[in-house]
Amino acid sequence: MSQPSYLHAQGLRSWLLTRDHKRIAVLYMLTVTFFFFAGGLAASLIRIELVTPEGDLLTADGYNRAFTLHGVIMVWFFLIPSIPSVFGNFLVPIMIGAKDMAFPRLNLFSWYMLLGGGLFTLLALLLGGVDTGWTFYTPLSTMFSNGHVLAVICGVFIAGFSSIFTGVNIIATVHTLRAPGMTWMRLPLFIWSMYATSIILVLATPVLAITLVLVAAEHLFNIGVFDPKLGGDPLLFQHLFWFYSHPAVYIMILPAMGVVSELITAAGHKRIFGYRFVAWSSVAIAVIGFLVWGHHMFVAGQSMYASLVFSLLSFLVAIPSAIKAYNWSATLYKSDLTLHAPFLFALTFIGLFIVGGVTGLFLALLAADLHAHDTYFVVAHFHYIMVGAAVAGYFGALHFWWPKITGRLYSQLWGKITAILIFCGFNLTFFPQFLLGYLGMPRRYHSYDPDFQFLNVMSSAGASILAVAYVLPFFYLLGSLRWGERAPINPWEAAGLEWRVASPPPLHNFEAPVTVDFEAYDYSPEARRDPL
Amino acid sequence: MNEHFLRLWPAQASDYAVSVDWLVIGFTAMMALFVVPVFVALWVFIWRYRRGRPADRDHRPQSNLPIELAWIILPFIGSLVVFLLSARLFFIARTPPEDALEVQVSARQWMWKFQHQGGQREINTLHVPARRPVKLTMISEDVIHSLFFPSLRIKQDVLPGRYSMLWFQAEHSGTYEVYCAEYCGTDHAAMLARLVVLNPADYEHWLADNGSSADLARQGETLYRQYGCASCHDSGNAPPLAGVFNRSVQLADGSQVKADEAYLRDSILLPQKQLVAGYLPIMPTYSNLLDEEAVQRLVAYLRELPEKHQ
Amino acid sequence: MIRSDERPAEPFVAWAQQREAARLGMWLFLASEAMMFGSLIMVAWFFRLRYPDGVAEAVAGLHYLLATGNTVLLLTSSLLMTLAASEPRRVRRCLLGAAVLGVLFLFCKGVEYGLEIHEGVLPGFTDHSTWQAPSAQLFMNLYFIATALHGLHVLIAVGLVLWLYSALKRRRLAPHQAAMRLEMISLYWHLVDGIWILLFPTLYLVGR
Repeated sequence: MSQPSYLHAQGLRSWLLTRDHKRIAVLYMLTVTFFFFAGGLAASLIRIELVTPEGDLLTADGYNRAFTLHGVIMVWFFLIPSIPSVFGNFLVPIMIGAKDMAFPRLNLFSWYMLLGGGLFTLLALLLGGVDTGWTFYTPLSTMFSNGHVLAVICGVFIAGFSSIFTGVNIIATVHTLRAPGMTWMRLPLFIWSMYATSIILVLATPVLAITLVLVAAEHLFNIGVFDPKLGGDPLLFQHLFWFYSHPAVYIMILPAMGVVSELITAAGHKRIFGYRFVAWSSVAIAVIGFLVWGHHMFVAGQSMYASLVFSLLSFLVAIPSAIKAYNWSATLYKSDLTLHAPFLFALTFIGLFIVGGVTGLFLALLAADLHAHDTYFVVAHFHYIMVGAAVAGYFGALHFWWPKITGRLYSQLWGKITAILIFCGFNLTFFPQFLLGYLGMPRRYHSYDPDFQFLNVMSSAGASILAVAYVLPFFYLLGSLRWGERAPINPWEAAGLEWRVASPPPLHNFEAPVTVDFEAYDYSPEARRDPL
Repeated sequence: MNEHFLRLWPAQASDYAVSVDWLVIGFTAMMALFVVPVFVALWVFIWRYRRGRPADRDHRPQSNLPIELAWIILPFIGSLVVFLLSARLFFIARTPPEDALEVQVSARQWMWKFQHQGGQREINTLHVPARRPVKLTMISEDVIHSLFFPSLRIKQDVLPGRYSMLWFQAEHSGTYEVYCAEYCGTDHAAMLARLVVLNPADYEHWLADNGSSADLARQGETLYRQYGCASCHDSGNAPPLAGVFNRSVQLADGSQVKADEAYLRDSILLPQKQLVAGYLPIMPTYSNLLDEEAVQRLVAYLRELPEKHQ
Repeated sequence: MIRSDERPAEPFVAWAQQREAARLGMWLFLASEAMMFGSLIMVAWFFRLRYPDGVAEAVAGLHYLLATGNTVLLLTSSLLMTLAASEPRRVRRCLLGAAVLGVLFLFCKGVEYGLEIHEGVLPGFTDHSTWQAPSAQLFMNLYFIATALHGLHVLIAVGLVLWLYSALKRRRLAPHQAAMRLEMISLYWHLVDGIWILLFPTLYLVGR
């Protein structure tokens, strides 16, 4: 082995001033983990409060700050960066046969943007906080809220640069640094997902930026853009906000879908069924995802005809997701399946994603949404996707590529226990919320009708199981760093360029420049397995 | 309301609610049809193709166009059907009948105020007759709220600066919960109300018992006099208001608008927004003198003004 | 990304590859800027369509002659940037010229703001309404935000041009490095100009 591993150089400076995409990925991993627990703490407060119908643990204001903190931190500082910035950064160059990302210094800068924006926001949220909800609806956020709104907005604005530059980096990398022979149709599907995600990162995030600028200007100078008394329109805010925030949810799910394609093929030791369909479905989701934002506004005062169009388009955007789900399942036909921990996470993803997706279609149905909008039904729907599916995808990625990133193996038994606990805890937490929502319990409620208590207690009980499940990996994954067996090059017998370099990879990924003359997911007996 | 240990389904207070429930059940059934095979296939494949278990793994298919098309087109057609059924219901929910009973709603942090045409005012309770359509014209005095009747399966956001509408026809007498469904600040969770549906006879009694001396339009007339509106509007310096409601109005910029409730409200509170052709822009705003409820009374009065017959 | 010796930066294997990546990266960044300003311009058009009277009132008060002069300055500066790329022997002069024009643009903008503060129409500097229609003030506020944001981008562009100018003057760049930087900065400059070309009619011309 001529090159040292990327983890070899020591010292704080070698980490904080690194340009190595792998180290930057690890920095991001630490950062998003920290924010995950911060947001999770807020979630715990919420679920504990909701065990009883009265608002007895927190004041109303305290509760409102808690769910705002939870939403802001989880969306912008955990979910959006999670897979793209951690696994995207680590894997994209290796999977395409490159030595690094196209813009290594921009990459490091992106991390500092996320860290800075996040710490600033967290500080603002803790030092008084904001009680507008993560959606900042006007005129509540602009005219009826306290001054910390500006600080939080600043933090989110800064973090937006991290999103945009990460997207730019990934697209430029995939276009220009693919190894000779690595054609588009030979790329791992994870790359297709990351590419599609990056399109959204680059094009949607700036709209959030200008929206935040307008909210700040309104808050500071009363410019009137969202104030009806001054000629403005509160609904304009919602259009601007959701034009970004709907594509944003695809930022949160597409990477996880890419991960699942990798996990399923690796576990089944088989090429994906319908490669082209799965690849193009990622692009389709990204494109159509820009056209459906109005489905958040069916009862907001939008015209009936606009609502009809948005509803129809929302059904359309479900099709590419369904294509993926069907293709993943079909991949398992005649596969050679190992039921390891990453696969269990992939299964968790599929099961929870299907429920989340179908309930999304429920909400796209206009008549159903008139009832279920702004109730716990919506809360359950988006948590099924963002937590059930996306976080399962993140954990699946963690468990799959951990040996590659760290060079250590962890306990499969504990990994599987975590996956099963997550599945059970999650369903117990969030399935009752569908019922609560249809019964009429609105969201963002500090106290509620005593009739709803039974289901709320069930939900909180599930949350405590989830909490345990999320904390478990801390122990066995961190423990593996000290006591885990050293990982071989290819512990899963998977295809893919990352499984032909050392665990952990050498500094420049490959010992010699790579040439590709094989298809993606080549599990044929003649497939190359030699180290690169 | 608070009598059950565990409720699993909300009350159905209207026929529309029943229709929505059927739609939802139908949709769920259809989704089960498309989703259950996936779960079954997953488990079958996982069981059959576990590593170490002998099975036929030859001729592994890489793709299959007919299957792909099938599972794209069939669910889409099914979804289209449900979409159309839902669109029909949606259209019904958003189109109030002509003869609906009108109630004015004004929301503010953190209470609901209802004004009936007869002048009855209620706070956080709404009495309506059963088996008659009721139309709510709503506006907020501060932030965005949302009026939500779970038992009727409807809600609509209540906006500042703009009227929004909700209508329903409750079938059975009873008391039903009403919530604010758009986060509106500190006591959002406490912004609750009750919908009291009374049999028509009881409703008449209630109206009589709670009536004030003047109905909504008379109260509006009082305001009209109190603020001296006639000094301009009856003297020729301002557009005459007799029969103004729903009349087509020519604006200074050449366009024509219908003088509906929103127009009348804007004319009182934001008089510079849409200037009538042929008149000077001299009307002062009354936004610092009249709250939304007062405007609702004035509008009720203006709606009743007959065409002038000289 | 740029190094002062002959090899392309990590992880590229050839200069052409690095340049292609830089170009793609810059275009993507420009796309994001276009989305941001595009949204703002859409907001402006939304209010134009809603309140033609109020907006017309605000537009009538804008200093369009000054703004036209500014437009000429910016367009000329773009011309100079193009010349810089096509006339290798006049690069430094063209760059300096473009930067000077950019600074002039900002100066004129400052003069315009000064006039408007004096007239009492800029938000934060006025507490009484000079307008008949509240929507006129709203439009003025949008005008301020849009032009200020654009001005910030002009400032950044001028900074980039001066940075390149000084690097060229001190002969610290290899020819292909210089060409690549020039291309990227030109792209950014043209975007800033392009945004103004959309902003100018949206704010000043239509409905005048």
